[in-house]
Amino acid sequence: MAKNQIGVVEVEGLQDLITILSDEGYEVIGPTVADNAVVYEPIDSVDDLPKGYEDEQDGGKYRLIESGSKALFRTVVGPQTWKRYLYPPEQTLWKARKEKQGFSIEENDGVEPQYAFIGVRACEMAAIAIQDKVFDNGDFADPGYLARRNNAFLVAVNCTRAGGTCFCASMETGPKVKEGSDLALTEMTKGGHRFVVEAQSERGKEILKRLKASPITDGDKKQASKEIKAAAASMGRKMIGDADTVLAANLEHSRWNNVAERCLNCANCTMVCPTCFCSTMEDVTSLDGSEAERVRKWDSCFTVDFSYIHGGPIRRDAASRYRQWITHKLTHWKEQFGTSGCTGCGRCITWCPVGIDITEEARAIRDSQGG
Amino acid sequence: MTALETMSDPQMDPMIPVPFRIKKRKRELSDTFTLELEPPKGAAFNFAAGQFNMLYVYGVGEVPISISGDPSDPSKLVHTVRAVGSVTEAMAKLKPGDTVGVRGPYGSAWPVEEAEGDDVVIITGGIGLAPLRPAIYHILANREKYGSVIIIYGARTPQDMLFRKELEGWRGRFDLSVKATVDSAGSDWAGRVGVVTKLIPHYSFDSINTTALVCGPEVMMRYSISALNDAGVMNDKIHVSMERNMKCAVGFCGHCQFGGAFVCKDGPVFRFDAIEDLFKVREI
Amino acid sequence: MVKIEGLDKLLAEHPFFKDLDAPIRELIAGCAANEVFKAGDFIYREGEEMDKFYVIRRGRVALDVHVPGKDPLVIETLQEGDILGWAWLIPPYKAAFDARAEQLVRAISLDAGCLRKKCEDDHMVGYEMYKRFLPVVAERLKAARMQLSDLYGNPKGK
Repeated sequence: MAKNQIGVVEVEGLQDLITILSDEGYEVIGPTVADNAVVYEPIDSVDDLPKGYEDEQDGGKYRLIESGSKALFRTVVGPQTWKRYLYPPEQTLWKARKEKQGFSIEENDGVEPQYAFIGVRACEMAAIAIQDKVFDNGDFADPGYLARRNNAFLVAVNCTRAGGTCFCASMETGPKVKEGSDLALTEMTKGGHRFVVEAQSERGKEILKRLKASPITDGDKKQASKEIKAAAASMGRKMIGDADTVLAANLEHSRWNNVAERCLNCANCTMVCPTCFCSTMEDVTSLDGSEAERVRKWDSCFTVDFSYIHGGPIRRDAASRYRQWITHKLTHWKEQFGTSGCTGCGRCITWCPVGIDITEEARAIRDSQGG
Repeated sequence: MTALETMSDPQMDPMIPVPFRIKKRKRELSDTFTLELEPPKGAAFNFAAGQFNMLYVYGVGEVPISISGDPSDPSKLVHTVRAVGSVTEAMAKLKPGDTVGVRGPYGSAWPVEEAEGDDVVIITGGIGLAPLRPAIYHILANREKYGSVIIIYGARTPQDMLFRKELEGWRGRFDLSVKATVDSAGSDWAGRVGVVTKLIPHYSFDSINTTALVCGPEVMMRYSISALNDAGVMNDKIHVSMERNMKCAVGFCGHCQFGGAFVCKDGPVFRFDAIEDLFKVREI
Repeated sequence: MVKIEGLDKLLAEHPFFKDLDAPIRELIAGCAANEVFKAGDFIYREGEEMDKFYVIRRGRVALDVHVPGKDPLVIETLQEGDILGWAWLIPPYKAAFDARAEQLVRAISLDAGCLRKKCEDDHMVGYEMYKRFLPVVAERLKAARMQLSDLYGNPKGK
């Protein structure tokens, strides 16, 4: 790899990165601890990062523990995703004003924030790429999403520790970020706290030049690679390779009723999933009716009125709503967008109050086909 | 760019409605009305039979409504609406001169070109006639390109028959067969009473050269398709119009998914053999 | 009066009697008669003992439900080719609805008493009649159920 594409920095170098990005006009967003979870908020210093924290994750369980180490990126993913910024939970799409005759529409000014995301995991990089295809689907494009996306500077982090519910290895989306970011970091603590920084774009190369990185040694390369591979190997869960065809062939399997007995339809999974994109529109007026606006909000296929047409909802039973979510994610997504909708981040498993596990459900159906 | 140009430009924001003025309003049934909308600045609104628009009532909301007018006359935009919810009930109160927001046209069309050379059977009931009317206009305006044309229509009672005068007019033509039936009637109805599937003739259709267009609630389509199969028309020659909850009509909101298809983009018109397996799965 | 051979030929052409052995069909034709009803005539009325069933040759017949204080409710119309009446097979053989000729109706009637006796005397005849009537009744039941269900998506309560 060319000299200007990869280097090694220490924590000061990471702070420099944050400062440079901020000075360039980016709003820097990174992981930070709040309310006993790692969330994505604006940061201005490496001190805001979850130093010394690790997360314990399992079905329906999330806990942060302090390991006492210096590492900044040992937690993996929390309840929030980058879609919170690229595809905000609530957006005013346009405003309308009542006129003497009818009404007029006032579009957004098209000015979108310029974010720099620090700490984007491989599963999240894959999820962003997946949502790119949703919001620019070949027929229609969301200009707001595209502007925020193109403005965004992505600093990815290669995981050297797998989370308790991770399965990105079996989804072939991680833990290594192969491409698509601006800069990809690998944090190492053995032999000194440092970061391998790899530029994966022109923008990234430019910034890397300004970081005064040291050249990378073969030893560092090997260690980084080894730690990432170890993370991959330590993942306790796997998605079956043929989930898409298995689910498509078992739309009337009895397992759906089994899940329905456990699923609370709380919609947590859709809220924490980095690729879920469903939304609803709300039209609101000012009290005097002189102004109206259309607001787009995150929605979930688990709500009963999601599928409502005159007369009632198509998916009346919890079983059919769970089936919709999982078959969309693992089967129909391929038909619609060319890839699986799942990147193996494990959030739906962690944040499900009853610990329903998407990998387990797919496997259970495969193992009892025709049931 | 004119307002209408923005509507079909993929680079522009697809969520912005264009205000159209209501030129005429006609009461069709006790709960159903037709609006004739005027495209702004005299522009033309081109659409294909079977497509729909998202219609916005200021401050209330937006709903998907099939276009029910003549595709060969793009100077008017005609929609037939049944008042069933908050948006359509608000729309029912609008008068000529009022404004409706329009986004579209969206969706797939009835295969009127593909059906040239075939006999055409149109089966519909209730308000399902509205999305099919543009196809009927097209077929009748190009009558020589088709073989026999049969329209089969069912309604709950004679008072629920949509476009009744038009149906009677079509029935009067010598180059068209129109059969209508109702579920029940008083003594003022001299026509047939019985289920609509009974009108699908018992003689066999030319299965290679018949195209069937079916539109109505899924239960009606299901029984009609079964009767069509019995009469020799197979699923690759049957086209249906599906309906699902829609919030955006451009594939972003996820509500209209039917298996892997987005009804707003891959439908609403589908060739039935492409969806026949899904159609059988309950609550899909 | 139309000769029995003429009626036998008409029955033979009718889908309902298709594939019936000629001797059995001739036997049944022995119970047949030609009928004509003017528009507005009642072919039979609710509650009457059905002494005939009919094969409609032309014209439309309405099955009415009489509702006091209101127009009679037409729940089905039968046309050319349809069979009218099956109560003659099921004791006490009472018609469930009024059958009214909406137009000039020509039909072949089959005398129920005559036919019931022939069915008793020769069970093959009985078997052939039941075999044909059951699908008619099943079809009517299915249609009635479909008419009851909301096929056309009428909004609730309307």
